[in-house]
Amino acid sequence: MTMNRQETEQLIQEVLEVYPEATGKQRAKHLMANDPTLEKSNKCIVANKKALPGVMTARGCAYAGAKGVVWGPVKDVVNISHGPVGCGQFSRAGRRNYITGHSGVNVFGDMNFTSDFQEKDVVFGGDKKLAKLISEIDTLFPLAKGVTVQSECPIGLIGDDIEAVAKKSAREIGKTVVPVRCEGFRGVSQSLGHHVANDSLRDWVLHNRDEDNGFESTPYDVAITGDYNIGGDAWSSRVLLEEIGLRVIAQWSGDGSIPEMESTRHAKLNLLHCYRSMNYISRHLEEKYGIPYMEYNFFGPTKIAESLRKIAAFFDDTIKENAERVIARHQPVMDAIIAKYRPRLEGKRVMLFVGGLRPRHVIGAYEDLGMEIIGAGYEFAHNDDYDRTFKEVQDGALIYDDATSFELESFVERLKPDLIGSGIKEKYVFHKMGIPFRQMHSWDYSGPYHGYDGFAIFARDMDMTINNPCWKNLQAPWKHTGSTAALESAAA
Amino acid sequence: MAMIRQCAIYGKGGIGKSTTTQNLVAGLAAVGKKVMIVGCDPKADSTRLMLHAKAQSTIMQMAADAGTVEDLELDDVLKVGYGGVRCVESGGPEPGVGCAGRGVITAINFLEEEGAYEEELDFVFYDVLGDVVCGGFAMPIRENKAQEIYIVVSGEMMAMYAANNIAKGICKYATSGSVRLAGLICNSRKTDREAELITALAERLGTQMIHFVPRDNVVQRAEIRRMTVIEYDPNCHQADEYRELAQKIVDNKKLVIPTPLTMDELEDLLLEFGILDEEDESIVGKTAAEEANLCATA
Repeated sequence: MTMNRQETEQLIQEVLEVYPEATGKQRAKHLMANDPTLEKSNKCIVANKKALPGVMTARGCAYAGAKGVVWGPVKDVVNISHGPVGCGQFSRAGRRNYITGHSGVNVFGDMNFTSDFQEKDVVFGGDKKLAKLISEIDTLFPLAKGVTVQSECPIGLIGDDIEAVAKKSAREIGKTVVPVRCEGFRGVSQSLGHHVANDSLRDWVLHNRDEDNGFESTPYDVAITGDYNIGGDAWSSRVLLEEIGLRVIAQWSGDGSIPEMESTRHAKLNLLHCYRSMNYISRHLEEKYGIPYMEYNFFGPTKIAESLRKIAAFFDDTIKENAERVIARHQPVMDAIIAKYRPRLEGKRVMLFVGGLRPRHVIGAYEDLGMEIIGAGYEFAHNDDYDRTFKEVQDGALIYDDATSFELESFVERLKPDLIGSGIKEKYVFHKMGIPFRQMHSWDYSGPYHGYDGFAIFARDMDMTINNPCWKNLQAPWKHTGSTAALESAAA
Repeated sequence: MAMIRQCAIYGKGGIGKSTTTQNLVAGLAAVGKKVMIVGCDPKADSTRLMLHAKAQSTIMQMAADAGTVEDLELDDVLKVGYGGVRCVESGGPEPGVGCAGRGVITAINFLEEEGAYEEELDFVFYDVLGDVVCGGFAMPIRENKAQEIYIVVSGEMMAMYAANNIAKGICKYATSGSVRLAGLICNSRKTDREAELITALAERLGTQMIHFVPRDNVVQRAEIRRMTVIEYDPNCHQADEYRELAQKIVDNKKLVIPTPLTMDELEDLLLEFGILDEEDESIVGKTAAEEANLCATA
């Protein structure tokens, strides 16, 4: 069922009733019924606050945001997980950020580099070990363009001076070495890790080639930021930009590299996909180098066309004409996809709970297929994300910030959506409830979903999940109504 | 086997904890007690008088050399000194790096795992870094470790402040565990009415001044030779003092949850004994210029 604002508010109240009073009061501030006319979210929803103990949040930590999200996809750096072994090992190569190159030769993201802290390293400090590690990395992997030091919790507790080590090591090996203060106990979610990583790029990378004027720029140079190439997303985006006549000079950070990041200042326009995780560096690029940034959305043909036109409008008529031609060229294919899948998906109701961008960005793609978003929420969004969300979601839809597992399950029980898009932590709970589910962090081992190429895959994936015959067979045969009659007739 | 009595010695930095501990342990050894000293200070100077050594190799240093603490054996770290006293030092980093508190935790865990406490022992003494700056330095007084705390103190104001603060720390662990304050050891600095003052402080804290150790240069003469007084000059008067302290500790039954003083109460006590002058509230926050101005107008 689709609910109006009042009904949604009512549902929120009923779900909150289970909590102790103080908890209920806190959580109430994170839940609301959508009002698409709202411009500002700060009066109606609270975001980016510490999760309450005991509620089972889906959030990660600052290290996850810095190492996993922002730095992990940079292909030609060695990211050292500085501290005990687990953080590095369990964040290794699990995010599906695709890269080109040869493992251990010129790409390193699929390996775990760690300083493997022992008791003695905590007691005596790990700076010497870190310096040795960086020098060994330089010997073993001479084609690596840089090294980052991703700080795990103990580093912040014992006060190791990783900045001093980074400076000294950078001189010794003649490469970029970046200290990243992303200790997991800092901040309320992985969101702070994005910020810390952005700041480390700003302070230790971005300006490194400011004196180098060897770069031959063109009037059509752009940078892609906030695309992590999950399942190849950045590639299916990049081809479109190239098709309309632009030159992508840097990818931040999916399949990206240190030299291109260091050359980003030559871009004429910075195209920002994931606002949440890279708005910080985008603002800096604008302030320091005068490169404006433009948020865009490459999910689904409607948003793609809208974004291509918006991007092209920044350039000359040639680009604008190219954009129209590219849109027109892809339109028949898109129409065919929609003709095929829309009848199978029309009217299906979706609930989303993802990170900091996708709950709003994928809506257009679902709507292109005739589907309806009845609930959307973020794990770690800030208020500026909600500002951008309200107008994308229909009136009365449920909005949830850092939803607890109890809330999410309760909402799903009541709203009975036809599809849930969330992460691995949620997936099997909802499978067991008999509800079709897609992972919207990793694309469920599929993808890409960006661009025209991605939409074809997206549409197929949603169809094969929702219309999978398995959902009809969840009930035991003897519990089917009229089963006795069926059995009798079979016996006869 | 009788229960091992585990004692921790705390007190302001430089008050003479290590010296007092080793001298009194020598007294215990002299009456046949089997004792282990666990130094819990990165400076590692808690056992030098027992071992006639500059500084014993520490658990943490050897662990770092060997690779991990798991690579060590108890025999590597345990040295036997004067009177059969077993000596270990936890060790730790040089100032300004790493985490000394974690070093204490690691070292004590290692001793437990390796069965250092399962030997025939009457006493274990923990000699702990002056300021309990973090959880690591409270390790010796957590559950199943030291039950008796002795605070070394003198008649100096800051030493008494520190003693009171340590008593506060003991309260935290005493209410949740079995650790108790066992007494103040006054290591005399020859301040006025010192014994009387420390007795009064002890009473306020709900404990006792277990012994007044007079100041005597023989302690320094012995120390230069890296010896305890009892070993260096067993017949001198100071040796008797340490033997007496040792005997008092053997007989000590007065274990209390301390009643720390508030800042005001402590200052009143110091006023009473003339250590602190009555505070002139009118001069608080006045600059020299303002005071001169006041004098001129007066």
